Amino acid sequence: MSEPVKSLSLRLQAALADALLAAYVTFALFCLTLGFRTVDSAGGLTLKARPMLLAIAVGIVFVGRLLLNLFWWNGNWKVPRPAWRPVWPIPAVTRYGSENGAMLLVIAAALFPILAFALDKTLHLGLPLRYLLDLSILVLTYVMLGFGLNIVVGLAGLLDLGYVAFYAVGAYTFALLAAHFGFGFWMCLPLAGLLAALWGVILGFPVLRLRGDYLAIVTLAFGEIVRIVLLNWTHVTNGPNGISNIPKPTFFGLPFKATGGETFASFFGLRYDPLHSIIFLYYVILGLALLTSLFTLRLRRLPIGRAWEAMREDEIACRSLGINTTVAKLTAFATGAMFGGFAGSFFATRQGFISPESFSFIESAIILAIVVLGGMGSQIGVVLAAIVMIGGFELLRNMEWLQLIFGQDFDPSLYRMLLFGIAMVGIMLWRPHGIIASREPSIVLKERRAVGGRLVKEGRA
Amino acid sequence: MAYFLQQLVNGIALGSIYGLIAIGYTMVYGIIGMINFAHGDIFMVGAFIALIAFLLIMSLGLTLVPLALVLVLIIAMLLTAMWGWTVERIAYRPLRESFRLAPLITAIGMSIILQNFIQVAQGARVKPLQPVITGGYQIFDEGGFAVNLSNIQILIVVTTVALMGVFWLVITRTALGRAQRACEQDRLMAALSGVNVDRTISATFVMGAALAAVAGLLYLLYYGVIDFFIGFVAGIKAFTAAVFGGIGSLPGAMLGGLVIGLIETFWSAYFSIEYKDVAAFSMLAIVLIFFPTGLLGRPETEKV
Repeated sequence: MSEPVKSLSLRLQAALADALLAAYVTFALFCLTLGFRTVDSAGGLTLKARPMLLAIAVGIVFVGRLLLNLFWWNGNWKVPRPAWRPVWPIPAVTRYGSENGAMLLVIAAALFPILAFALDKTLHLGLPLRYLLDLSILVLTYVMLGFGLNIVVGLAGLLDLGYVAFYAVGAYTFALLAAHFGFGFWMCLPLAGLLAALWGVILGFPVLRLRGDYLAIVTLAFGEIVRIVLLNWTHVTNGPNGISNIPKPTFFGLPFKATGGETFASFFGLRYDPLHSIIFLYYVILGLALLTSLFTLRLRRLPIGRAWEAMREDEIACRSLGINTTVAKLTAFATGAMFGGFAGSFFATRQGFISPESFSFIESAIILAIVVLGGMGSQIGVVLAAIVMIGGFELLRNMEWLQLIFGQDFDPSLYRMLLFGIAMVGIMLWRPHGIIASREPSIVLKERRAVGGRLVKEGRA
Repeated sequence: MAYFLQQLVNGIALGSIYGLIAIGYTMVYGIIGMINFAHGDIFMVGAFIALIAFLLIMSLGLTLVPLALVLVLIIAMLLTAMWGWTVERIAYRPLRESFRLAPLITAIGMSIILQNFIQVAQGARVKPLQPVITGGYQIFDEGGFAVNLSNIQILIVVTTVALMGVFWLVITRTALGRAQRACEQDRLMAALSGVNVDRTISATFVMGAALAAVAGLLYLLYYGVIDFFIGFVAGIKAFTAAVFGGIGSLPGAMLGGLVIGLIETFWSAYFSIEYKDVAAFSMLAIVLIFFPTGLLGRPETEKV
């Protein structure tokens, strides 16, 4: 405590004044937007006053602020902060033992579906396996996208707000090739990656000279252009109706079907179970995400990876040392885009249906948020952020019990995005350098030391 | 020719609205060097506040439209300015010394929060408002095609020009404007010379939000329909306009807004309406390739 301890009445006075001010601001913010609701009626819009709601909101802010002021921010009755750090296992994982920790994580991820499946079948636990696997697949898709974007943003320091464009290119490549030429997933996967990489280069060329936020806005515009073209180029992309009946991947040519020729189940002498296909999808995306991760880790040790990191730290210094920044930028875009394309292709095969709606700006924002919230350059950070953001987001789906408290009109799904935004802001404020704010140096002179997040100048381009 | 003139008029009206929003982006960028992603949604909140204030005033029995509009304008500017201040205070100020992607993420988060707050509080349906300002002038008639200049278009352009004038005076003549320009050049040095940097930055957000509220009101009057999603598209366009004109430059923002408005209108009129956004965004990319700092922007000196 640097400031002198004030008397109780003075502190109470100050806290009351502050809380009143906060309540006043809240009232000003919400008096029209929350205090009234516009209702459609026969003669046009009318207003319905909701004074109770407004009063509750103002009251919550007043009381909350008062308590915070008294007990949390300043005062000698300070509630002792919990000794445990909320992210206690993480530092142990990231520092010197990071490889072991990562290994454990990978093994756990690899064993999870098989074990869960076997346990469920033998013991008849009735686990919501289907839901769990679907959720894991979704999280892993975002992990992979995060890894891919991490190459562009975290390593090369190029702020890309249109990453979803490459995701879309990958998805539509596969969907169109499958619909028109009957190509399978495994054939299209490399093609989707290649095409997305090509688009990465196409985007990369015009933005070579741009820096920082100019780059951000042009990539954002690029993402929107791709989405608008997909939406309006109806005779190729089927416009807003999207493309459906995208085939599922096969296991070395063995389809996952109940009947018809040689299937996965009949070949291995198993009883057909729809979960087989989902478990297989899980392994496909796990493999893809691991591939991306390993690729990134290896790349960082190659000359091109070092060139990226040098470029991120200082472009001019980098250029004056003789590094070709044109090549470095284009390869960064192309590599990041390639993984986006893979992920897109996987997304298409998993959903079986794609439409331009899935590729809006909000997806780019979510992926970027995962990369930044995870602590840029940190692979495990990306995994954690994806689990927190996507997993938490999906958990909010099953909140029907809240209707018991707030009445039947209460629709919890409406609040999901609101909570998502609040979580995004909250995590960033809580840990401004990301969940994992340190990372391993790519190059070491004598000993390995963790690099603090604040030393990494990502996004400065 | 008549068709062309009509589109020119429409484009200028639309461009003025974009310009008003773009000023908020460009000022914030000039001072703290961040994209205030939530600004488009501040504009949307402003439009909603204007709508509710208008309905409220009407239901209270004040039927004199010009007076009601002035009241609505004042209320909307004040309350939206409060929103701008709050967003800065909650989401940006704690991260001011952080690395530059951090406030960008909170800004995107704030944008999501504002959009969904309005969606939850006011419903997702579009909100129509009957035309408030009607009538106009017919400039000339060419072979049955009349060029119309409606009153609302005149109001938009006059308001924009007047506000630009006031704003220009504030920036160039007052102590606040001087403080803002000082912060823009060197925040640390400005703080050392006695400028209250935090307050100046807050004032910038407040001014930007107030202008966005005006844009929101004009948008509401011009189109007569708003929803919780208008902020996103308008925000991107306005940011495009700010970058186009050279970010950090006020006349640039206005010029950029006009150019984007005109491109969009002419593209819809002569080519295809579906691809009007593609046209505006492609134009942005093309301009930036040839003028990497925008039309009126200062080139930054690059140092190691």
